[in-house]
Amino acid sequence: MTSVDPLLETDLVERVLSVALDRGADFAEVFAEDVERSSALLDDGRIESLSSDRDRGVGIRVVAGQSTGFAHTSNLSEHGLIAAAQAAAAAARGPGDGATRTVDFGADRPSVEAAAIRIRPGEIDKGTKVGLLMQANEAARATDAAISQVSARYGDNRRRILVANSDGVLAGDDQSRTLFSVGCVASGDTGLQTGYETIGLSIGFELFDRYDVEELARKAARRALTKLEARPAPSGTLPVVIGPGSGGVLFHEACGHGLEADLVRKGASTFAGRVGQQVASPLVTLVDDGTMDDEWGRFTIDDEGHPATRNVLIEDGVLVDYMWDGLRARTEGRSSSGNGRRQSYRHLPMVRMTNTYLAPGQSDPDDIIAGVDHGVYVAKLGGGQVNTASGDFTFGMVEAYMIEHGQLTSPIRDGQLIGNGPQALLDIEAVGNDFAMGSPGTCGKDGQGVPVGDGVPTLMVKALTIGGTAS
Amino acid sequence: MNPDELLAIAGKVVERAEANEQIEVACSHTRSTSVRVYDREVESFTSAENLAIGVRVLIDGREGFASAGSLNPDVVEQTLAEARDNAEYSQADEFAGVARPDGVEAVEISLWRPGVDATPTEDKIAIALQLEERVRAADDRITGVRTAAYGDSVGAFALASTTGIEATNLGTSASAMIQPLAQDGDRAQIGFGWDGARDPNDLDLDLIVDRAVSRTVDLLGATKPDSATVDLVLDPYLAATVIGLVAGTLSGERVLKGRSPFADRVGEAVGSPLLSFLDDPTDPASLGADSHDGEGLACRPVPLVTDGVLEGFFHDSYTGRRSGTGSTGSAVRGARSLPGPGIHALAVRPDSGDLEEFIAGVDLGVLVFSLDGLHSGVNPVSGDFSVGASGRMIRNGEVAEPINECTVASTLQRLLLDIARIGADLTHLPSGVSTPSLVIGGVALSGA
Repeated sequence: MTSVDPLLETDLVERVLSVALDRGADFAEVFAEDVERSSALLDDGRIESLSSDRDRGVGIRVVAGQSTGFAHTSNLSEHGLIAAAQAAAAAARGPGDGATRTVDFGADRPSVEAAAIRIRPGEIDKGTKVGLLMQANEAARATDAAISQVSARYGDNRRRILVANSDGVLAGDDQSRTLFSVGCVASGDTGLQTGYETIGLSIGFELFDRYDVEELARKAARRALTKLEARPAPSGTLPVVIGPGSGGVLFHEACGHGLEADLVRKGASTFAGRVGQQVASPLVTLVDDGTMDDEWGRFTIDDEGHPATRNVLIEDGVLVDYMWDGLRARTEGRSSSGNGRRQSYRHLPMVRMTNTYLAPGQSDPDDIIAGVDHGVYVAKLGGGQVNTASGDFTFGMVEAYMIEHGQLTSPIRDGQLIGNGPQALLDIEAVGNDFAMGSPGTCGKDGQGVPVGDGVPTLMVKALTIGGTAS
Repeated sequence: MNPDELLAIAGKVVERAEANEQIEVACSHTRSTSVRVYDREVESFTSAENLAIGVRVLIDGREGFASAGSLNPDVVEQTLAEARDNAEYSQADEFAGVARPDGVEAVEISLWRPGVDATPTEDKIAIALQLEERVRAADDRITGVRTAAYGDSVGAFALASTTGIEATNLGTSASAMIQPLAQDGDRAQIGFGWDGARDPNDLDLDLIVDRAVSRTVDLLGATKPDSATVDLVLDPYLAATVIGLVAGTLSGERVLKGRSPFADRVGEAVGSPLLSFLDDPTDPASLGADSHDGEGLACRPVPLVTDGVLEGFFHDSYTGRRSGTGSTGSAVRGARSLPGPGIHALAVRPDSGDLEEFIAGVDLGVLVFSLDGLHSGVNPVSGDFSVGASGRMIRNGEVAEPINECTVASTLQRLLLDIARIGADLTHLPSGVSTPSLVIGGVALSGA
């Protein structure tokens, strides 16, 4: 456990919570946050700019009955915090239990169990970061003369939080993330094509001890070059094999969002009322795990002060549980699953995923491909989107090939894959014994973005619709 | 804080510039309210105030940027120091620099309306409650509402630079939205209706309710269609999405950096001769109207496509200098981000006909309700376009069965050429886009 200076003194937090509660609310919370970000961008052969951002503030939440009042401020003086607490208390419109109460944390200081960051990015010379971008640029351009444009981005951020509430929670976290991405354009007779690669982990500058940016750049370049030879994607419903890693997006969209307790409660999920039922192929065991070491969606406590947790959502195809935040858990008289997250102190927390992955199965990945007579192999998926009410989801293929007679053949152009979540889960016919986490992602919900990870082994879905133009 | 107070803060930072430095400072102050209601009660009420500063420094052509969410003097000081430090590590470019006044006179457009401040909180809450109540009562098949919400904000913005630019802005906005649910066998359909305006009194609640309800119940029983080649019929909301995606590829930055499929095509026919569109922030009827761009230059009309011929691209000061055309006053930014070329108020020229007439003229088509997965399904560099869709089939001029779980695919280049009709029903959308309905022919529909 690392001791760091708390963002607010404990006695000040107690006074602010008392003001937030003095209209007789059921619950009050102080969330303080201090974020430092830095980034550097190379584009068109040149280091274009370096940027830094600093954001500090406090969000105060007051719950009375079913109603939440929320106010936030970047004025961290006692005067500013008390004003925000009063605004939040006035905004909570439900009938509270009417009791007045005080919060006393005693002599406690929040415990902060920061992730082990070996090299703080802030201590690395900016020239070193810029050097990585130039290396990536040169490596990508050296891959082939058809690489006509390269951009590369370096980014890091450190986010310190403190959460205190009227249930006696007083906790902090110190989260660091480092990211590097390369985007290439290849030009050929068929026009322009693109390839992207991104690495990112919840660690410091030691990210670059684990990954070689030149190799990353070559991979992005090869993806763009391959697509110059690509033929239009087929149109219609076919078997789809998804390679290890980026296919986690499938589960994030096909069922992850539908297992968020806030959507379940509002009848906006096809998985409502289905705990204990077979909702997927028996090959499917799906886990959401905020504790995964170093992964992009990792943290020590969530943004409501609950410890990160490993939650099995689906086991051997049977729905085990939804994901919960504090508010929804409170209503149901159960405990949070550590999925209460928010974009920043300016936002209310809600149920969010962390690192969501499909557990490996038994099949040899080569055998899975060999078993498909006519279908599509997706080596990399891009982002996706789901309508949780109907279960319909979409996601983009950014590297894919035809499978003909059990063999990978020609590359195909970018296209959308679509399906229906509950159906796709039942249609999973093979799960490989390999596994990889995918690229770091940002999950958007109701206008808030949070960092998430996902991963899968190789898997085969009997039928998905491929949104190409070739008949 | 009012715009003049923000301008004073920005101006003080600008005064600190050394001889070899250019400095541009943006400051903003936003006050906002948001209400969400659920099941006839206020689920959450947020009252918020946001301050922001962004400082851009160029030292001998090298650019650094820093920003923060506070205007405290010590934070402002640190932000300037950080931007200067960042500039030391970037590489010089002869075209880099803050905007220089170009003599174009700004059109006076007032973006402020009294309603946001004058409307009592209880009345704002009532808008969201009323939406929920009306949607529930509108149709027996509506089984619930995921979210009904009202939000508004008052934003003040100021920008100052060492080239003598001083621009301020004070604007208000209000919006309301609702997502109804209708049970449909073992799944549900969810619809969406929203409106936005500068004044809460100008929100069209009838429109929100009608659209949200019809877009939900008209999808009940939707199934996956057979794959086919179809005509797409797009109402103004969906037309705005498609034309907006195309317009995005006409950015001067994309063109200069070899990322636009239209880079070498100025003067050529890139679309149907029916098609003309421009970016026109000087039209006060557009919700994207503005007097100044994100670098403080006057906004002006920017012709992009006229009678199907590509006229040019939109530029900020950097891409304008580098391409030799000068800025088109198209910089967009928030205080905490660097400016870049963008669209303010896209406007498509109306032609003839309307949605009803278009439907009647289509043999096999789709009346589109939603296009999904745009961020992963549209590649603005190659132009590949493949997105999820829902809506109703059109057969022999009649609206037929509801469909979902399908995609429509083409390329951005093809879509422009395949525009078959442009309506007379010009609509100023809350997104700032003004467009009539469209028909696009020959699009691949993928389903079963």
